[in-house]
Amino acid sequence: MSWLTLGELIHTTLVFATAIIFASLGGVFSEKSGVTNLGLEGLMVFGAFAAGVGGFYAEQAGLGGTSAAWVGVLSAAVFGILVSLIHAVASITFKADQVISGIVINFLAAGSTLYMVKLLFEGDGDTGRIQGFSEISIPYLVDIPIAGKAFFQAYPTTYLAILLVIIGYFTLYKTPFGLRLRSVGEHPGAADTVGIKVNRLRYIGVMISGALAGIGGATITLTTTNMFSHNTVSGQGYIAIAAMIFGKWNPLGAFGAAVFFGFSQAIRNYVQLFAWSQSIPQEIIFMLPYLLTIIVLVAAVGRSRAPAALGQLYDPSKR
Amino acid sequence: MANLLKIFTKDSFVLALVSIILGLLLGAVVMMIGGYDPIVAYSALFSRVYGDSYNFGEAIREMTPLILTGLAFAFAARAGLFNIGGEGQFLVGMTAASIVGIKLHGLPAIIHAPLAIIAGAVFGGLWAAIAGYLKAKRGVNEVITCIMMNWIGLYLANLVINQFALMEGENRSVDIQPSASISIEWLSQMMGNARVHWGTAIAVLAAVFFYIFMWKTKQGYELRAVGFNQDASRYAGMNVNRNIVKAMFISGVFAGLAGAFEVLGVFHYQSVMSGSPGTGFDGIAVALIGMNNPFGVLLGSVLFGTLTYGSAGMSFSADVPPEIIRVVIGSIIFFIAAQGIVRWVVKPLYSKRKKEKVL
Repeated sequence: MSWLTLGELIHTTLVFATAIIFASLGGVFSEKSGVTNLGLEGLMVFGAFAAGVGGFYAEQAGLGGTSAAWVGVLSAAVFGILVSLIHAVASITFKADQVISGIVINFLAAGSTLYMVKLLFEGDGDTGRIQGFSEISIPYLVDIPIAGKAFFQAYPTTYLAILLVIIGYFTLYKTPFGLRLRSVGEHPGAADTVGIKVNRLRYIGVMISGALAGIGGATITLTTTNMFSHNTVSGQGYIAIAAMIFGKWNPLGAFGAAVFFGFSQAIRNYVQLFAWSQSIPQEIIFMLPYLLTIIVLVAAVGRSRAPAALGQLYDPSKR
Repeated sequence: MANLLKIFTKDSFVLALVSIILGLLLGAVVMMIGGYDPIVAYSALFSRVYGDSYNFGEAIREMTPLILTGLAFAFAARAGLFNIGGEGQFLVGMTAASIVGIKLHGLPAIIHAPLAIIAGAVFGGLWAAIAGYLKAKRGVNEVITCIMMNWIGLYLANLVINQFALMEGENRSVDIQPSASISIEWLSQMMGNARVHWGTAIAVLAAVFFYIFMWKTKQGYELRAVGFNQDASRYAGMNVNRNIVKAMFISGVFAGLAGAFEVLGVFHYQSVMSGSPGTGFDGIAVALIGMNNPFGVLLGSVLFGTLTYGSAGMSFSADVPPEIIRVVIGSIIFFIAAQGIVRWVVKPLYSKRKKEKVL
């Protein structure tokens, strides 16, 4: 493999990782507040759908390529928040099992987005092609050999994802809001004693996860597939859950795990460049990233500790 | 029998029933918003499933794997484990049954078919036990291993079929030996060639086994105790780790059986798959509708199977997109989970009844 290919490999890694970065970061916010979010997959599907529809109509309205795509991102965030409220209302207000209400989101997503697409696009199963984002390159830096192509020519959403990881980290660990959010996930009773509104913070945590997972889905529509159909997301939300756990519920850890998964997807495109890969069945190459994850988890990472009150109802009367 | 009935105490039964009605109503509203007539749609749905014997048989066929993947999720859930890996266990069980069904020659059906079923069950169980073992020994979260094992299982299934049993020029395996088939030929002929098979009966027996094991044996008691409180169980002298592995193994056996029956009873070959078939995930929904109770799972799979199989009829004769049924199922699960909402809906009915009594 030449150095040039290495640059391209990193580039493709980031393209694949972006959606997972957004969604796993969203998952971190929800679960740090104590609400399990298995609905990331569904939230991504809703986001991918909203981005497809929003982007399509924005283009119809005559907005130029990139601004139409940003309308798509915004629609995805708003739609993601709205849908995440179903999860929040059920699991926080009506005390439903958080695992179940997350799964409900996945079910609703699979059915309703396709139903709506068929209504809006006269029976078609997809939104039709939209322009989406095109890559931007940072002047001068992009001319650096290898690294330029690897890091400084990318979709704007990738830069947004990296920016949000940094903001997310500082918000969680360096601001009063972050401290409160984490306290609600660790010991809601104690948080309540000092006057923190437990349920309100949990709502905010879930809504942030909705917005971020929605944008995660949007990036797939707007950069990879350029349309929304039933298999646009296909399991990336579950990978995002894995990345969140793998990254120990820390934004930076989740970012690292997401890049790892992005790399494992990207490598499929490049491994056939090696002569030796011809003798290995393709399925084994496909299997490798998931095997590697398990091995890494078992060998190096060890026990990951979830927020203490994750998945538990907060009942003030039992304090 | 009294115990059996106690499971369906009127409270949980009424709640489930009201949830189903609310789900169907919500689906109707969504249909009306889309400009469809829900009455036409629902009657097309039910008349497809219960209209003629062929479709009825096919609907039963569709329910069978759902019973088993539903039991798989519910069994693990009773032991406090979240087995999201039913999908992978289903595929690995299917592949094991395929290989035994294809590769063994000259056995009488009375030996060959059970052998293939057992292979599917054992490999499904072992696949799940890996996740259980890693949780018990290394503390690795079973959700993440199960998600990974789903993908590995998918590619492993394809790898095995591609390497050992591929039909020349086709994207599927060769057919299994007739001696490994569990199709019920005479019943199938009576039902217009609907693909009915013995797996359905075994699935129902599996639900009975689930009930007896969980609530009538010491081992079942231990599993439930571990699911309820690990620390207390450990203090009481139970081997928590062994129970985790055991629970995952049995859970995987159910999912593996589901996969085995799809090959041995329905298709008689295994396709090379580009993506997961989703039966494992549907089992989660079935288990949730059935509130992790084995007989609830049976009813849940009847409901789920009816709705999904019937949804095709809905799109043929009423032109309603069949995806709407996923919304209905999702809402049913939502209402069952968020019982607070249902209680709030049912409350006026209850208080009215009380008033009548007073009068």
